[in-house]
Amino acid sequence: MKKLTLPLTKQQAMQLRAGDSVLISGTILTARDCAHKRIAEYIAEGKELPFELKDAIIYYAGPCPAKPGMASGSCGPTTSARMDSFAPALLDMGLGGMIGKGEMCREVAKALERNTAVYFAAIGGAGALYGNAIKSSECIAFEDLLSEAVYRLEVEDFPAVVAMDCRGGNIYR
Amino acid sequence: MRTIDTSTVEEAVYRAALRAGVSLTASCRSALDKAYAAEDEGAAKFALGKLIENSNIAREKVMPVCQDTGMAVVLLEIGNEVFFEGAPLPEAVNSGVRRAYSDGYFRKSVCDPITRKNTADNTPAAIHTEIVAGDRVKLTFMPKGFGSENMSALYMLKPAQGTEGIIDAIVNTVKSAGSRPCPPVYVGVGIGGTFDGCAFLAKKALTRDIGTRSGRADIAGIEERALERINELNIGCQGFHGKVTALGVSCEWAPTHIAGLPVAVNIQCHCVRCVKEEI
Repeated sequence: MKKLTLPLTKQQAMQLRAGDSVLISGTILTARDCAHKRIAEYIAEGKELPFELKDAIIYYAGPCPAKPGMASGSCGPTTSARMDSFAPALLDMGLGGMIGKGEMCREVAKALERNTAVYFAAIGGAGALYGNAIKSSECIAFEDLLSEAVYRLEVEDFPAVVAMDCRGGNIYR
Repeated sequence: MRTIDTSTVEEAVYRAALRAGVSLTASCRSALDKAYAAEDEGAAKFALGKLIENSNIAREKVMPVCQDTGMAVVLLEIGNEVFFEGAPLPEAVNSGVRRAYSDGYFRKSVCDPITRKNTADNTPAAIHTEIVAGDRVKLTFMPKGFGSENMSALYMLKPAQGTEGIIDAIVNTVKSAGSRPCPPVYVGVGIGGTFDGCAFLAKKALTRDIGTRSGRADIAGIEERALERINELNIGCQGFHGKVTALGVSCEWAPTHIAGLPVAVNIQCHCVRCVKEEI
């Protein structure tokens, strides 16, 4: 089991192979359907995004509200394929990688290769386990989208599997 | 006649929703344990192990098993000797859902289909009522996540396609869903009826315990053969390849028209949550 501390360097990304199990620690950002639609609108209008995309890792997730005394509610991954049409452009803008569940399309695979980025699969349905791997959570953009807003999460030993690597490796194939 | 105040229904919905969100059904947990034991070393077994760990954490910390606490599907089998008083039944059900999703710290996942604006309290619930004999009300509460719901399908087969056509439709639906619906899945199948009724049969099939078989030998045969073929697809837990792609297949049926053979396939992820209560 490899331990990965974020931000993910290009050198680290090069060493990851589809099928590797990893434990991720560091900062990640949540964004799912509505947040991606909004990000695309910002880009189309030439507006500056309210967070840094470069080298960031986007987690396709929408958490449950946190219970009192907890940093986060349950927070497992959502189906990544719904973000297929957004991911290549974000990777070309410097996004370091994504975490989600299920296979992403060929255009995403090509964008991962061209940008030395990685797509990780978290374990879908393991919401409680991931909620406990989150040590702090803060809404940093699009608050009106509720669970679909962008949250900055600090995670520790977040289990994932390298699903699509930067050399064309794909666990689903 | 037996008079039931709908506040009793509201309380039952509230209790059932709170319990359903944080726990897998016993048959689902046991199917996951068996899948873990059966799977060879590798990413799929690793993921199955994490799912089992996850269900333990959810129980211990009383937090949602999956963050997709779903649309609230509520089935009510109402005895024809029941008279309801108090708030209208749909209002009572929705109040129970609203309170449970707030008090349980569950995610609110219901929105307008066009504007996508969230209703912010997870209502309305999808309420199905059936009138049955007797003076009791049977409540089934099933939170339905949409990663798997999205992979569901309905086919209007030709009658000539018969049993083999039905099995092909089931297997192909799971195959084309691939890694996306959080396999290992539980497959609910409706056979017969009308377009709308068939989809409901598929949903109802998912309220059965995993591993139970249809009372009809020919339909039970479809369940067994479909499950066998699905588990030969080598999709595996999370799409990481392996022996267990589905935990079970359950079929419900109804008579249909001489010209048709509707088949609905409703996919449920491995996170089967379903609570039943009798009032």
